[in-house]
Amino acid sequence: MKLAAEKICYAYIRENDVLHEVSLSVASGNILFVLGANGSGKTTLLDCLSGVRVPRSGQVTIDGARLADLSLRERARRIGVVPQMHEPIFAYTVGQAVLMARAPHLGLFGRPGKADIQAVEEALRAVGIANLRDRPYTGISGGERQLVLIARGLAQGAGCLLMDEPAAHLDPHHQQDALGVVGALADDGFSFVVTSHHPNNALLYANEVLFLAAGTPVVYGPPRAVFTEESLRTTYGIPFDIVRTDMGIRAILPCVRHRRSTI
Amino acid sequence: MNGSHRRTMWILILSPPVLLLAALLIGRYGVRPDQALKALFGFDGASEVLRSLIVRVRLPRALAAACIGANLSVCGAAFQGLFRNPLVDSRILGVSSGAAFGAAIALLFSASAVAVQASAFIFALVAVGLVVLIGWRFGASTLVIVIGGILTSALFNALLGLIKYVADPLSNLPAITYWLLGGLSGSRWTVLPPLLVISGFGLTFFALIRWRMNLLTLPDAEASSLGVRIRPLRIAVMIAGTVMVAASVAIGGMIGWIGLVVPHVARAAVGPDHRLLIPASAAIGAATLLVLDTVARTALPSEIPLGILTGLIGVPAFFVLFLRFLRARGAAR
Repeated sequence: MKLAAEKICYAYIRENDVLHEVSLSVASGNILFVLGANGSGKTTLLDCLSGVRVPRSGQVTIDGARLADLSLRERARRIGVVPQMHEPIFAYTVGQAVLMARAPHLGLFGRPGKADIQAVEEALRAVGIANLRDRPYTGISGGERQLVLIARGLAQGAGCLLMDEPAAHLDPHHQQDALGVVGALADDGFSFVVTSHHPNNALLYANEVLFLAAGTPVVYGPPRAVFTEESLRTTYGIPFDIVRTDMGIRAILPCVRHRRSTI
Repeated sequence: MNGSHRRTMWILILSPPVLLLAALLIGRYGVRPDQALKALFGFDGASEVLRSLIVRVRLPRALAAACIGANLSVCGAAFQGLFRNPLVDSRILGVSSGAAFGAAIALLFSASAVAVQASAFIFALVAVGLVVLIGWRFGASTLVIVIGGILTSALFNALLGLIKYVADPLSNLPAITYWLLGGLSGSRWTVLPPLLVISGFGLTFFALIRWRMNLLTLPDAEASSLGVRIRPLRIAVMIAGTVMVAASVAIGGMIGWIGLVVPHVARAAVGPDHRLLIPASAAIGAATLLVLDTVARTALPSEIPLGILTGLIGVPAFFVLFLRFLRARGAAR
Protein backbone atom coordinates (compact mmCIF):
# COMPACT_ATOMS: atom_id res chain seq x y z
CA MET A 1 0.00 0.00 0.00
CA LYS A 2 1.65 3.18 -1.14
CA LEU A 3 0.12 6.64 -1.06
CA ALA A 4 1.86 9.30 -3.08
CA ALA A 5 1.30 12.93 -4.01
CA GLU A 6 3.07 14.47 -6.94
CA LYS A 7 3.50 18.25 -7.05
CA ILE A 8 -0.05 18.95 -5.92
CA CYS A 9 -1.37 22.51 -5.84
CA TYR A 10 -4.65 23.53 -4.30
CA ALA A 11 -6.36 26.91 -4.23
CA TYR A 12 -9.63 27.92 -2.55
CA ILE A 13 -9.57 31.20 -4.46
CA ARG A 14 -8.09 31.22 -7.93
CA GLU A 15 -4.36 31.94 -8.23
CA ASN A 16 -4.02 31.93 -4.48
CA ASP A 17 -2.39 28.59 -3.71
CA VAL A 18 -2.97 27.19 -0.25
CA LEU A 19 -0.81 24.24 -1.26
CA HIS A 20 2.01 24.73 -3.73
CA GLU A 21 3.82 21.80 -5.40
CA VAL A 22 3.69 19.43 -2.46
CA SER A 23 5.08 15.96 -3.12
CA LEU A 24 5.23 13.05 -0.72
CA SER A 25 5.11 9.30 -0.61
CA VAL A 26 4.27 6.93 2.23
CA ALA A 27 4.83 3.19 1.91
CA SER A 28 3.56 0.37 4.10
CA GLY A 29 4.94 0.47 7.63
CA ASN A 30 5.85 4.15 7.50
CA ILE A 31 4.67 7.15 9.47
CA LEU A 32 4.89 10.58 7.87
CA PHE A 33 4.45 13.60 10.12
CA VAL A 34 3.33 16.89 8.55
CA LEU A 35 4.36 19.88 10.64
CA GLY A 36 3.55 23.51 10.04
CA ALA A 37 2.12 26.66 11.62
CA ASN A 38 -1.62 27.26 11.92
CA GLY A 39 -3.01 27.92 8.46
CA SER A 40 0.00 26.45 6.66
CA GLY A 41 -2.19 24.00 4.72
CA LYS A 42 -1.84 20.78 6.75
CA THR A 43 -5.55 19.98 6.86
CA THR A 44 -6.00 20.97 3.21
CA LEU A 45 -3.20 18.55 2.36
CA LEU A 46 -4.98 15.74 4.21
CA ASP A 47 -8.22 16.62 2.38
CA CYS A 48 -6.37 16.30 -0.94
CA LEU A 49 -4.84 12.98 0.12
CA SER A 50 -8.24 11.60 1.15
CA GLY A 51 -9.91 12.83 -2.01
CA VAL A 52 -12.33 15.22 -0.28
CA ARG A 53 -10.65 18.02 -2.24
CA VAL A 54 -9.28 17.72 -5.75
CA PRO A 55 -5.92 19.43 -6.39
CA ARG A 56 -5.95 22.02 -9.16
CA SER A 57 -2.77 20.48 -10.54
CA GLY A 58 -0.60 17.48 -9.74
CA GLN A 59 -2.05 14.18 -8.64
CA VAL A 60 -2.54 11.82 -5.75
CA THR A 61 -2.12 8.09 -6.32
CA ILE A 62 -2.75 5.03 -4.19
CA ASP A 63 -0.80 1.94 -5.35
CA GLY A 64 -0.33 3.71 -8.65
CA ALA A 65 -4.06 4.28 -9.23
CA ARG A 66 -5.11 7.92 -9.53
CA LEU A 67 -7.39 8.89 -6.65
CA ALA A 68 -9.61 10.82 -9.04
CA ASP A 69 -10.32 7.61 -11.00
CA LEU A 70 -11.53 5.69 -7.95
CA SER A 71 -15.11 5.73 -6.71
CA LEU A 72 -15.88 7.05 -3.24
CA ARG A 73 -16.35 3.48 -2.01
CA GLU A 74 -13.11 2.15 -3.51
CA ARG A 75 -11.26 5.09 -2.02
CA ALA A 76 -12.80 4.50 1.41
CA ARG A 77 -11.67 0.87 1.34
CA ARG A 78 -8.04 1.95 0.93
CA ILE A 79 -7.70 5.29 2.71
CA GLY A 80 -9.14 5.97 6.14
CA VAL A 81 -9.50 9.37 7.76
CA VAL A 82 -9.15 9.84 11.49
CA PRO A 83 -10.69 13.29 12.01
CA GLN A 84 -9.95 15.65 14.83
CA MET A 85 -12.17 14.69 17.70
CA HIS A 86 -15.75 15.76 17.45
CA GLU A 87 -18.46 15.77 20.08
CA PRO A 88 -21.02 13.20 18.93
CA ILE A 89 -24.66 14.24 19.28
CA PHE A 90 -26.25 10.84 19.78
CA ALA A 91 -24.98 8.29 22.28
CA TYR A 92 -23.95 5.48 19.93
CA THR A 93 -22.01 2.68 21.58
CA VAL A 94 -18.35 2.35 20.64
CA GLY A 95 -19.22 -0.80 18.69
CA GLN A 96 -21.96 0.97 16.72
CA ALA A 97 -19.67 3.92 15.96
CA VAL A 98 -16.91 1.66 14.63
CA LEU A 99 -19.46 -0.43 12.70
CA MET A 100 -20.24 2.67 10.58
CA ALA A 101 -16.85 2.09 8.94
CA ARG A 102 -18.33 -0.94 7.15
CA ALA A 103 -20.42 1.33 4.91
CA PRO A 104 -18.00 1.13 1.92
CA HIS A 105 -18.39 -2.66 2.00
CA LEU A 106 -22.20 -2.63 1.97
CA GLY A 107 -24.84 -1.60 -0.56
CA LEU A 108 -27.37 1.20 -0.11
CA PHE A 109 -29.93 -1.08 1.53
CA GLY A 110 -27.31 -3.30 3.17
CA ARG A 111 -27.11 -3.93 6.87
CA PRO A 112 -23.93 -5.19 8.54
CA GLY A 113 -23.72 -8.95 9.08
CA LYS A 114 -21.46 -11.39 10.94
CA ALA A 115 -18.35 -10.60 8.86
CA ASP A 116 -18.74 -6.88 9.59
CA ILE A 117 -19.19 -7.45 13.32
CA GLN A 118 -16.07 -9.62 13.17
CA ALA A 119 -14.11 -6.82 11.48
CA VAL A 120 -15.21 -4.42 14.23
CA GLU A 121 -14.15 -6.85 16.96
CA GLU A 122 -10.73 -7.26 15.34
CA ALA A 123 -10.26 -3.51 14.95
CA LEU A 124 -11.18 -2.87 18.58
CA ARG A 125 -8.78 -5.60 19.71
CA ALA A 126 -5.99 -4.22 17.49
CA VAL A 127 -6.09 -0.85 19.28
CA GLY A 128 -6.68 -2.47 22.66
CA ILE A 129 -10.19 -1.22 23.46
CA ALA A 130 -12.28 -4.38 23.05
CA ASN A 131 -13.56 -3.78 26.58
CA LEU A 132 -15.18 -0.48 25.53
CA ARG A 133 -17.43 -2.02 22.87
CA ASP A 134 -20.76 -1.52 24.63
CA ARG A 135 -19.91 1.78 26.32
CA PRO A 136 -21.60 4.91 24.94
CA TYR A 137 -19.23 6.84 22.70
CA THR A 138 -20.29 10.04 24.49
CA GLY A 139 -19.20 8.71 27.89
CA ILE A 140 -15.55 7.80 27.25
CA SER A 141 -12.44 9.96 27.61
CA GLY A 142 -10.81 11.96 24.83
CA GLY A 143 -7.88 9.54 24.62
CA GLU A 144 -10.23 6.58 24.30
CA ARG A 145 -12.28 8.39 21.65
CA GLN A 146 -9.12 8.91 19.59
CA LEU A 147 -8.51 5.16 19.75
CA VAL A 148 -12.11 4.53 18.67
CA LEU A 149 -11.55 6.71 15.61
CA ILE A 150 -8.36 4.78 14.78
CA ALA A 151 -10.28 1.51 15.18
CA ARG A 152 -12.90 2.86 12.80
CA GLY A 153 -10.19 3.44 10.18
CA LEU A 154 -9.01 -0.15 10.61
CA ALA A 155 -12.54 -1.59 10.40
CA GLN A 156 -12.91 0.31 7.14
CA GLY A 157 -10.27 -2.04 5.73
CA ALA A 158 -7.97 0.86 4.84
CA GLY A 159 -4.23 0.25 4.67
CA CYS A 160 -3.38 3.93 4.92
CA LEU A 161 -4.74 6.21 7.63
CA LEU A 162 -4.71 10.01 7.56
CA MET A 163 -4.79 11.56 11.02
CA ASP A 164 -5.56 15.21 11.70
CA GLU A 165 -3.78 16.27 14.88
CA PRO A 166 -4.34 13.10 16.87
CA ALA A 167 -2.56 14.62 19.88
CA ALA A 168 -4.77 17.72 20.10
CA HIS A 169 -6.55 18.03 23.47
CA LEU A 170 -4.73 15.01 24.90
CA ASP A 171 -2.46 15.00 27.94
CA PRO A 172 1.12 13.67 27.45
CA HIS A 173 0.18 10.22 28.75
CA HIS A 174 -2.72 9.77 26.33
CA GLN A 175 -0.77 11.34 23.46
CA GLN A 176 1.84 8.59 23.89
CA ASP A 177 -0.91 5.94 24.22
CA ALA A 178 -2.51 7.00 20.94
CA LEU A 179 0.78 7.42 19.07
CA GLY A 180 2.08 4.15 20.57
CA VAL A 181 -0.89 2.40 18.93
CA VAL A 182 -0.05 4.17 15.65
CA GLY A 183 3.56 2.94 15.92
CA ALA A 184 2.48 -0.63 16.63
CA LEU A 185 0.07 -0.59 13.67
CA ALA A 186 2.85 0.73 11.42
CA ASP A 187 4.95 -2.25 12.53
CA ASP A 188 2.07 -4.42 11.27
CA GLY A 189 2.28 -2.78 7.84
CA PHE A 190 -0.20 0.10 8.01
CA SER A 191 0.95 3.48 6.76
CA PHE A 192 0.10 6.83 8.34
CA VAL A 193 0.11 10.51 7.46
CA VAL A 194 -0.18 12.51 10.68
CA THR A 195 -0.50 16.28 11.00
CA SER A 196 0.83 17.64 14.25
CA HIS A 197 1.85 20.70 16.22
CA HIS A 198 4.31 18.68 18.29
CA PRO A 199 7.83 18.45 16.80
CA ASN A 200 8.83 16.19 19.71
CA ASN A 201 6.17 13.63 18.80
CA ALA A 202 7.51 13.66 15.24
CA LEU A 203 10.96 13.07 16.68
CA LEU A 204 9.68 10.02 18.58
CA TYR A 205 7.35 8.42 16.04
CA ALA A 206 8.02 9.62 12.49
CA ASN A 207 9.93 7.81 9.76
CA GLU A 208 9.71 10.93 7.68
CA VAL A 209 8.74 14.54 8.31
CA LEU A 210 7.35 17.17 5.95
CA PHE A 211 7.56 20.82 6.99
CA LEU A 212 5.01 23.15 5.41
CA ALA A 213 5.20 26.94 5.47
CA ALA A 214 2.38 28.84 3.75
CA GLY A 215 1.52 25.74 1.74
CA THR A 216 5.02 25.25 0.39
CA PRO A 217 7.31 22.38 1.44
CA VAL A 218 10.29 23.60 3.48
CA VAL A 219 12.05 20.26 3.94
CA TYR A 220 11.07 16.62 3.59
CA GLY A 221 13.02 13.67 4.90
CA PRO A 222 13.90 11.55 7.94
CA PRO A 223 13.76 13.39 11.30
CA ARG A 224 17.52 13.57 11.87
CA ALA A 225 17.94 15.32 8.53
CA VAL A 226 15.05 17.80 8.68
CA PHE A 227 15.17 19.04 12.27
CA THR A 228 17.56 21.99 12.03
CA GLU A 229 17.39 25.39 13.73
CA GLU A 230 16.93 26.91 10.30
CA SER A 231 14.06 24.71 9.09
CA LEU A 232 12.19 25.16 12.39
CA ARG A 233 12.63 28.91 12.22
CA THR A 234 11.40 29.06 8.63
CA THR A 235 8.41 26.89 9.47
CA TYR A 236 7.22 28.53 12.66
CA GLY A 237 8.76 32.01 12.43
CA ILE A 238 10.45 31.82 15.84
CA PRO A 239 13.84 30.47 16.97
CA PHE A 240 14.13 26.96 18.46
CA ASP A 241 16.74 25.19 20.58
CA ILE A 242 17.58 21.67 19.52
CA VAL A 243 18.76 19.59 22.47
CA ARG A 244 21.32 17.07 21.28
CA THR A 245 22.88 14.22 23.23
CA ASP A 246 25.18 11.44 22.15
CA MET A 247 21.97 9.53 21.33
CA GLY A 248 21.07 12.14 18.74
CA ILE A 249 18.39 14.83 18.97
CA ARG A 250 16.47 14.46 22.25
CA ALA A 251 14.16 17.47 22.27
CA ILE A 252 13.06 20.54 20.39
CA LEU A 253 12.13 23.59 22.44
CA PRO A 254 11.18 27.15 21.54
CA CYS A 255 13.91 29.63 22.58
CA VAL A 256 12.80 31.86 25.40
CA ARG A 257 15.50 34.38 26.33
CA HIS A 258 14.07 35.65 29.58
CA ARG A 259 12.97 32.69 31.67
CA ARG A 260 10.80 33.55 34.67
CA SER A 261 12.75 31.19 36.90
CA THR A 262 16.14 29.59 36.71
CA ILE A 263 16.67 25.89 37.12
CA MET B 1 -28.46 -5.27 19.93
CA ASN B 2 -28.64 -6.87 23.37
CA GLY B 3 -31.33 -9.05 24.92
CA SER B 4 -33.22 -6.32 26.74
CA HIS B 5 -33.46 -4.27 23.54
CA ARG B 6 -34.80 -7.29 21.69
CA ARG B 7 -37.52 -7.84 24.30
CA THR B 8 -38.45 -4.14 24.23
CA MET B 9 -38.62 -4.32 20.45
CA TRP B 10 -41.11 -7.22 20.51
CA ILE B 11 -43.39 -5.40 22.91
CA LEU B 12 -43.22 -2.27 20.77
CA ILE B 13 -43.87 -4.08 17.49
CA LEU B 14 -46.85 -5.96 18.89
CA SER B 15 -48.53 -2.98 20.52
CA PRO B 16 -49.94 -1.19 17.41
CA PRO B 17 -51.93 -4.20 16.10
CA VAL B 18 -53.32 -4.90 19.58
CA LEU B 19 -54.26 -1.25 20.09
CA LEU B 20 -55.78 -1.11 16.62
CA LEU B 21 -58.11 -3.99 17.48
CA ALA B 22 -58.93 -2.30 20.78
CA ALA B 23 -59.74 0.93 18.96
CA LEU B 24 -62.31 -0.98 16.87
CA LEU B 25 -64.08 -2.13 20.04
CA ILE B 26 -64.09 1.08 22.00
CA GLY B 27 -66.54 3.86 21.26
CA ARG B 28 -69.90 5.36 21.97
CA TYR B 29 -71.49 2.11 20.78
CA GLY B 30 -69.85 -0.72 22.72
CA VAL B 31 -68.92 -3.82 20.74
CA ARG B 32 -67.98 -7.28 22.05
CA PRO B 33 -64.72 -8.63 20.64
CA ASP B 34 -66.38 -11.66 18.99
CA GLN B 35 -68.95 -9.41 17.30
CA ALA B 36 -66.20 -7.15 16.07
CA LEU B 37 -64.18 -10.01 14.59
CA LYS B 38 -67.29 -11.39 12.88
CA ALA B 39 -68.06 -7.98 11.42
CA LEU B 40 -64.48 -7.40 10.39
CA PHE B 41 -64.06 -10.67 8.53
CA GLY B 42 -67.54 -10.70 7.06
CA PHE B 43 -68.91 -13.78 8.84
CA ASP B 44 -72.66 -14.32 8.87
CA GLY B 45 -74.49 -13.30 11.93
CA ALA B 46 -73.02 -9.83 12.24
CA SER B 47 -75.61 -7.14 11.94
CA GLU B 48 -75.31 -4.73 9.02
CA VAL B 49 -75.24 -1.73 11.34
CA LEU B 50 -72.35 -3.16 13.33
CA ARG B 51 -70.50 -4.09 10.18
CA SER B 52 -70.92 -0.59 8.85
CA LEU B 53 -69.73 0.91 12.14
CA ILE B 54 -66.62 -1.23 12.41
CA VAL B 55 -65.56 -1.49 8.79
CA ARG B 56 -66.70 1.86 7.39
CA VAL B 57 -66.15 4.16 10.37
CA ARG B 58 -63.77 2.82 12.99
CA LEU B 59 -61.36 0.81 10.84
CA PRO B 60 -60.32 3.58 8.40
CA ARG B 61 -59.97 5.99 11.27
CA ALA B 62 -57.79 3.61 13.29
CA LEU B 63 -55.67 2.87 10.23
CA ALA B 64 -55.23 6.60 9.63
CA ALA B 65 -54.19 7.12 13.25
CA ALA B 66 -51.63 4.30 13.07
CA CYS B 67 -50.18 5.48 9.74
CA ILE B 68 -50.02 9.14 10.72
CA GLY B 69 -48.45 8.33 14.10
CA ALA B 70 -45.84 6.12 12.45
CA ASN B 71 -45.11 8.62 9.66
CA LEU B 72 -44.68 11.64 11.93
CA SER B 73 -42.47 9.71 14.35
CA VAL B 74 -40.24 8.05 11.75
CA CYS B 75 -39.75 11.39 9.97
CA GLY B 76 -39.04 13.09 13.28
CA ALA B 77 -36.35 10.50 14.06
CA ALA B 78 -34.92 10.71 10.54
CA PHE B 79 -34.79 14.52 10.53
CA GLN B 80 -33.25 14.69 14.01
CA GLY B 81 -30.43 12.51 12.72
CA LEU B 82 -30.19 14.27 9.38
CA PHE B 83 -29.92 17.75 10.92
CA ARG B 84 -27.83 16.43 13.81
CA ASN B 85 -30.20 18.25 16.10
CA PRO B 86 -32.35 16.49 18.68
CA LEU B 87 -34.80 19.41 18.85
CA VAL B 88 -35.92 19.16 15.24
CA ASP B 89 -39.19 17.60 14.14
CA SER B 90 -40.92 16.86 10.87
CA ARG B 91 -42.11 20.48 10.57
CA ILE B 92 -38.60 21.89 10.09
CA LEU B 93 -38.93 21.98 6.31
CA GLY B 94 -42.17 23.97 6.34
CA VAL B 95 -44.41 21.00 5.50
CA SER B 96 -47.04 21.79 8.10
CA SER B 97 -47.20 25.50 7.32
CA GLY B 98 -47.64 24.73 3.63
CA ALA B 99 -50.34 22.16 4.40
CA ALA B 100 -52.15 24.56 6.72
CA PHE B 101 -52.20 27.23 4.04
CA GLY B 102 -53.35 24.74 1.40
CA ALA B 103 -56.20 23.45 3.56
CA ALA B 104 -57.22 26.98 4.55
CA ILE B 105 -57.42 28.24 0.98
CA ALA B 106 -59.58 25.23 0.01
CA LEU B 107 -61.81 25.77 3.03
CA LEU B 108 -62.09 29.46 2.15
CA PHE B 109 -63.84 28.39 -1.05
CA SER B 110 -65.90 25.79 0.85
CA ALA B 111 -64.33 22.96 -1.14
CA SER B 112 -65.07 19.26 -0.59
CA ALA B 113 -63.11 17.15 1.90
CA VAL B 114 -61.12 15.48 -0.86
CA ALA B 115 -60.24 18.89 -2.36
CA VAL B 116 -59.12 20.18 1.06
CA GLN B 117 -56.90 17.14 1.48
CA ALA B 118 -55.44 17.50 -2.01
CA SER B 119 -54.81 21.22 -1.57
CA ALA B 120 -53.11 20.66 1.81
CA PHE B 121 -50.93 17.93 0.30
CA ILE B 122 -49.95 20.00 -2.72
CA PHE B 123 -49.08 23.13 -0.78
CA ALA B 124 -47.09 21.08 1.75
CA LEU B 125 -44.96 19.88 -1.14
CA VAL B 126 -44.76 23.39 -2.60
CA ALA B 127 -43.39 24.65 0.72
CA VAL B 128 -40.77 21.92 0.89
CA GLY B 129 -39.94 22.43 -2.78
CA LEU B 130 -39.22 26.06 -1.96
CA VAL B 131 -36.92 25.02 0.90
CA VAL B 132 -35.06 22.51 -1.25
CA LEU B 133 -34.71 25.12 -3.98
CA ILE B 134 -33.21 27.63 -1.55
CA GLY B 135 -30.99 24.89 -0.12
CA TRP B 136 -29.83 23.70 -3.54
CA ARG B 137 -29.12 27.23 -4.73
CA PHE B 138 -26.91 27.96 -1.71
CA GLY B 139 -24.97 24.71 -1.29
CA ALA B 140 -27.40 22.28 0.41
CA SER B 141 -25.74 22.56 3.81
CA THR B 142 -28.01 21.77 6.73
CA LEU B 143 -27.75 25.37 7.95
CA VAL B 144 -29.06 26.78 4.68
CA ILE B 145 -31.86 24.22 4.61
CA VAL B 146 -32.90 25.06 8.17
CA ILE B 147 -32.96 28.77 7.39
CA GLY B 148 -34.92 28.04 4.21
CA GLY B 149 -37.41 26.09 6.33
CA ILE B 150 -37.82 28.93 8.81
CA LEU B 151 -38.35 31.49 6.03
CA THR B 152 -40.83 29.30 4.17
CA SER B 153 -42.79 28.56 7.35
CA ALA B 154 -42.94 32.25 8.16
CA LEU B 155 -44.16 33.06 4.65
CA PHE B 156 -46.94 30.48 4.71
CA ASN B 157 -47.95 31.43 8.25
CA ALA B 158 -48.35 35.01 7.07
CA LEU B 159 -50.44 33.86 4.10
CA LEU B 160 -52.51 31.68 6.43
CA GLY B 161 -53.15 34.74 8.60
CA LEU B 162 -54.27 36.64 5.53
CA ILE B 163 -56.77 33.92 4.60
CA LYS B 164 -58.15 33.79 8.13
CA TYR B 165 -58.52 37.55 8.04
CA VAL B 166 -60.60 37.56 4.85
CA ALA B 167 -62.55 34.36 5.65
CA ASP B 168 -66.26 34.57 6.53
CA PRO B 169 -66.24 34.60 10.34
CA LEU B 170 -69.52 32.64 10.53
CA SER B 171 -68.77 29.73 8.21
CA ASN B 172 -65.32 29.48 6.69
CA LEU B 173 -63.21 30.80 9.58
CA PRO B 174 -64.51 28.21 12.10
CA ALA B 175 -63.93 25.47 9.51
CA ILE B 176 -60.33 26.62 9.08
CA THR B 177 -59.82 26.87 12.83
CA TYR B 178 -61.17 23.37 13.46
CA TRP B 179 -59.06 21.94 10.67
CA LEU B 180 -55.94 23.53 12.15
CA LEU B 181 -56.66 21.98 15.55
CA GLY B 182 -56.19 18.57 14.00
CA GLY B 183 -58.41 15.52 14.05
CA LEU B 184 -59.24 12.31 12.27
CA SER B 185 -63.03 12.56 12.08
CA GLY B 186 -62.74 12.98 8.32
CA SER B 187 -60.83 9.77 7.73
CA ARG B 188 -63.15 7.70 5.57
CA TRP B 189 -62.15 5.08 3.04
CA THR B 190 -62.62 7.64 0.25
CA VAL B 191 -59.73 9.83 1.44
CA LEU B 192 -57.53 7.06 2.83
CA PRO B 193 -55.81 5.39 -0.19
CA PRO B 194 -53.14 8.06 -0.78
CA LEU B 195 -52.13 7.96 2.89
CA LEU B 196 -51.98 4.17 2.96
CA VAL B 197 -49.92 3.91 -0.22
CA ILE B 198 -47.50 6.69 0.74
CA SER B 199 -47.07 5.32 4.27
CA GLY B 200 -46.41 1.86 2.87
CA PHE B 201 -43.74 3.02 0.47
CA GLY B 202 -42.23 5.56 2.87
CA LEU B 203 -41.96 3.26 5.86
CA THR B 204 -40.49 0.53 3.65
CA PHE B 205 -37.89 2.97 2.32
CA PHE B 206 -36.85 3.97 5.83
CA ALA B 207 -36.80 0.32 6.94
CA LEU B 208 -34.42 -0.49 4.08
CA ILE B 209 -31.95 2.36 4.58
CA ARG B 210 -32.19 2.47 8.36
CA TRP B 211 -28.65 1.33 9.12
CA ARG B 212 -27.14 3.79 6.67
CA MET B 213 -29.00 6.62 8.38
CA ASN B 214 -26.49 6.30 11.23
CA LEU B 215 -23.90 7.73 8.85
CA LEU B 216 -26.10 10.77 8.17
CA THR B 217 -25.49 11.86 11.77
CA LEU B 218 -21.76 12.29 11.04
CA PRO B 219 -20.26 15.54 9.75
CA ASP B 220 -20.39 15.60 5.91
CA ALA B 221 -16.66 15.19 5.26
CA GLU B 222 -16.46 12.28 7.69
CA ALA B 223 -19.37 10.44 6.07
CA SER B 224 -17.83 10.89 2.64
CA SER B 225 -14.48 9.56 3.89
CA LEU B 226 -16.47 6.44 4.85
CA GLY B 227 -17.57 6.08 1.23
CA VAL B 228 -21.09 7.52 1.54
CA ARG B 229 -22.39 9.99 -1.02
CA ILE B 230 -24.07 12.21 1.51
CA ARG B 231 -25.98 14.68 -0.64
CA PRO B 232 -28.17 12.27 -2.65
CA LEU B 233 -28.88 10.29 0.52
CA ARG B 234 -29.84 13.42 2.43
CA ILE B 235 -32.12 14.64 -0.36
CA ALA B 236 -33.74 11.19 -0.66
CA VAL B 237 -34.47 11.11 3.06
CA MET B 238 -35.85 14.64 2.96
CA ILE B 239 -38.15 13.87 0.02
CA ALA B 240 -39.42 10.56 1.45
CA GLY B 241 -39.95 12.16 4.84
CA THR B 242 -41.79 15.23 3.62
CA VAL B 243 -44.11 13.29 1.31
CA MET B 244 -45.06 11.08 4.26
CA VAL B 245 -45.67 14.07 6.53
CA ALA B 246 -47.56 15.92 3.81
CA ALA B 247 -49.92 12.96 3.31
CA SER B 248 -50.37 12.75 7.08
CA VAL B 249 -51.17 16.38 7.81
CA ALA B 250 -53.42 16.54 4.75
CA ILE B 251 -55.77 14.12 6.53
CA GLY B 252 -55.06 14.76 10.19
CA GLY B 253 -54.35 18.48 10.28
CA MET B 254 -51.86 19.94 12.73
CA ILE B 255 -50.89 17.17 15.13
CA GLY B 256 -47.92 18.50 17.04
CA TRP B 257 -45.43 16.97 19.47
CA ILE B 258 -45.55 13.42 18.13
CA GLY B 259 -42.70 13.93 15.67
CA LEU B 260 -40.54 15.62 18.29
CA VAL B 261 -41.12 13.51 21.39
CA VAL B 262 -41.68 9.97 20.12
CA PRO B 263 -38.16 9.62 18.66
CA HIS B 264 -36.70 10.61 22.03
CA VAL B 265 -38.77 8.03 23.83
CA ALA B 266 -37.72 5.47 21.23
CA ARG B 267 -34.07 6.44 21.68
CA ALA B 268 -34.38 6.09 25.44
CA ALA B 269 -35.93 2.65 24.93
CA VAL B 270 -33.67 1.08 22.30
CA GLY B 271 -30.71 3.46 21.85
CA PRO B 272 -29.68 5.75 18.98
CA ASP B 273 -28.86 3.05 16.39
CA HIS B 274 -31.34 3.61 13.56
CA ARG B 275 -31.55 -0.14 12.95
CA LEU B 276 -33.77 -0.28 16.05
CA LEU B 277 -34.68 3.39 16.35
CA ILE B 278 -36.67 3.55 13.10
CA PRO B 279 -38.96 0.55 13.78
CA ALA B 280 -39.28 1.55 17.44
CA SER B 281 -40.30 5.10 16.47
CA ALA B 282 -42.86 3.77 14.00
CA ALA B 283 -44.36 1.42 16.59
CA ILE B 284 -44.46 3.95 19.44
CA GLY B 285 -45.86 6.65 17.15
CA ALA B 286 -48.59 4.40 15.79
CA ALA B 287 -49.52 3.15 19.26
CA THR B 288 -49.58 6.65 20.71
CA LEU B 289 -51.83 8.12 18.08
CA LEU B 290 -54.18 5.12 18.24
CA VAL B 291 -54.61 5.67 21.98
CA LEU B 292 -54.94 9.45 21.74
CA ASP B 293 -57.44 9.29 18.89
CA THR B 294 -59.56 6.77 20.79
CA VAL B 295 -59.55 9.17 23.74
CA ALA B 296 -60.33 12.07 21.40
CA ARG B 297 -63.51 10.47 20.10
CA THR B 298 -64.75 8.86 23.34
CA ALA B 299 -63.73 10.96 26.34
CA LEU B 300 -66.29 13.76 25.96
CA PRO B 301 -69.76 13.86 24.38
CA SER B 302 -68.30 15.85 21.52
CA GLU B 303 -64.97 15.13 19.89
CA ILE B 304 -61.76 16.66 21.30
CA PRO B 305 -59.45 18.00 18.57
CA LEU B 306 -56.45 15.67 18.32
CA GLY B 307 -53.89 18.48 18.18
CA ILE B 308 -55.07 19.71 21.57
CA LEU B 309 -54.89 16.20 23.01
CA THR B 310 -51.37 15.53 21.79
CA GLY B 311 -50.36 18.69 23.62
CA LEU B 312 -52.38 18.21 26.80
CA ILE B 313 -51.91 14.49 27.38
CA GLY B 314 -48.97 13.68 25.18
CA VAL B 315 -46.45 16.13 26.52
CA PRO B 316 -46.63 15.49 30.28
CA ALA B 317 -47.08 11.74 29.79
CA PHE B 318 -44.05 11.55 27.58
CA PHE B 319 -42.06 13.75 29.93
CA VAL B 320 -42.66 11.36 32.82
CA LEU B 321 -41.91 8.36 30.65
CA PHE B 322 -38.75 9.93 29.37
CA LEU B 323 -37.47 10.69 32.89
CA ARG B 324 -38.24 7.14 33.98
CA PHE B 325 -36.33 5.66 31.06
CA LEU B 326 -33.37 7.89 31.79
CA ARG B 327 -33.33 6.91 35.43
CA ALA B 328 -33.69 3.23 34.59
CA ARG B 329 -30.67 3.43 32.32
CA GLY B 330 -28.77 5.26 35.05
CA ALA B 331 -27.30 7.82 32.67
CA ALA B 332 -28.07 11.41 31.92
CA ARG B 333 -27.52 11.03 28.21
